[in-house]
Amino acid sequence: MSDFWILLTGSLVASCCGILGAFLVLRKMAMIGDAISHSVMPGIVIAFLISGSRDSLVMMLAAMACGLLAVFLIQLFQQSGIQSDASIGVVFTAMFATGVLLVSLYARQVHLDQDAILYGEIAYVHWNTWTLNGVSMGPIAVWLLGITLTVILVVIGLFYKQFKLCAFDPALAAACGIPVALFHYLLMGLVSMATVSSFESVGAILVVGLLVIPAATAYLLTERLSVMIAMSAGVGIASTFIGYGVATVLDASIAGCIVSAAGVLFILALLFSPSHGVIWKKWRLRRLAQ
Amino acid sequence: MKNHLKTAAPLTIEGLSVAYQKKPVLRGVSFSIEEGELIGVIGPNGAGKSTLMKAALGLIPRLSGEVLIYGKPYRQQRRLIGYVPQRESVDWDFPTNALDVVMMGRYGHLGLFGRPGAKERRLAMECLAKVGMADFATRQISQLSGGQQQRVFLARALVQDAKLYFMDEPFAGVDAATEKAIITLLQELKRQGKTVIVVHHDLATVEEYFDSVLLLNVELQAYGKTEQVFTQQMLQQTYGGRLAFLERGGNARLAVTKG
Repeated sequence: MSDFWILLTGSLVASCCGILGAFLVLRKMAMIGDAISHSVMPGIVIAFLISGSRDSLVMMLAAMACGLLAVFLIQLFQQSGIQSDASIGVVFTAMFATGVLLVSLYARQVHLDQDAILYGEIAYVHWNTWTLNGVSMGPIAVWLLGITLTVILVVIGLFYKQFKLCAFDPALAAACGIPVALFHYLLMGLVSMATVSSFESVGAILVVGLLVIPAATAYLLTERLSVMIAMSAGVGIASTFIGYGVATVLDASIAGCIVSAAGVLFILALLFSPSHGVIWKKWRLRRLAQ
Repeated sequence: MKNHLKTAAPLTIEGLSVAYQKKPVLRGVSFSIEEGELIGVIGPNGAGKSTLMKAALGLIPRLSGEVLIYGKPYRQQRRLIGYVPQRESVDWDFPTNALDVVMMGRYGHLGLFGRPGAKERRLAMECLAKVGMADFATRQISQLSGGQQQRVFLARALVQDAKLYFMDEPFAGVDAATEKAIITLLQELKRQGKTVIVVHHDLATVEEYFDSVLLLNVELQAYGKTEQVFTQQMLQQTYGGRLAFLERGGNARLAVTKG
């Protein structure tokens, strides 16, 4: 049964991250995802200190607030003339450090260890369940991720054309009357939400891998946005299954194996993709030269 | 006995100033254009030509001034406007095809939740055909040449079915065939009574293409009918002496010199 819950949790994380990751990669904001995932750390710790539980709505909201604060600060610094990569670097490391500081200060009260935040502990997901009227409802993480995925699907589904146009041509989007900034923050809010829901399972660092790698892989394999989004989620889910299998055989870190598997899939796509693949390109050039 | 829409100019700008990081890019620009004309916006690099367009479209904040489209603020008149940004402003590796890009021109008409469907597809195909790109509808956009990409952008503006068009350097980096296709299209728009404002760089073709010319260098230098405004003296003033005039066979030919 634990296999089932771990694979389900991993697949939900991969789906949430894969869908949002496609937009991040296309908007050249992959590293914003990295920044958000690190910046939610102080939010998680503060919410934990206040509520004393790690599965609360408070935690989700506080972390989302921190994620959006990071996005806002990055934008603010960029507008005041700092290079965009530098402002990302400044904001997320500073906020992450604040989180580390808080954990080390209150470590005894919070039962929240840095390893769990950084690398996750997906293997224990099925132990942390909740009950309703005496009936066991299954792991909390699965519910949390299920809700997050539903929210992502509803929001992206309703406003697909807006997100698409904002990603491709923000100037036209603005000229059409689409509130570009609002959709930017909406996307970033969803990324924060996905990051917080996922951090318990795969950790703050590896979640970046699932945001970026499957989306980058899908980018190499298709030339349609809707297909890219579906493939991105699919590659993430495939990585979860491969990674979990390898981790069981090797008795190694599950999250580590999942992201490594995603990395391997990316390299395969880079080499063998029919449209973008390095090997096909070489082959076609050779055919042309003959 | 003209009604309000007839009397109001397609675009009226009053005292427009825009600044990036304290440096003024546009200062006190005021003009009003006439309906049914092709208007060229001419000026040296950094004169604020693109900025003028973006400020008129409300894409960047303005320091001061007022922009009226057919007598009303831009927000109320969005559907009357078509916009062709510079080709380099988007990522042509985006996973989409030519038809899909053109359909994006309809998004402004679809409302908050509306989805593009058969009608949008049909309109987009018609506009692709008008720019001679019907055969490339399903082509991935990164596999189009620069000229073809520019035509797709024009088709996207056409599908917006606007009355006033803003085009930011549509002739930049296109081949002769595309340039001819674009100017034919602009004249077709004019015949339909539409107004088109074009940022333009090639001084040699200004007299041939445009009814009116707007000379800009941070401040408005001149605006009026091409034959009255597009003179050596006005150009010297606009380009600040960076212009060489090559007299050849009685016709003054122009070239912008570096420096």
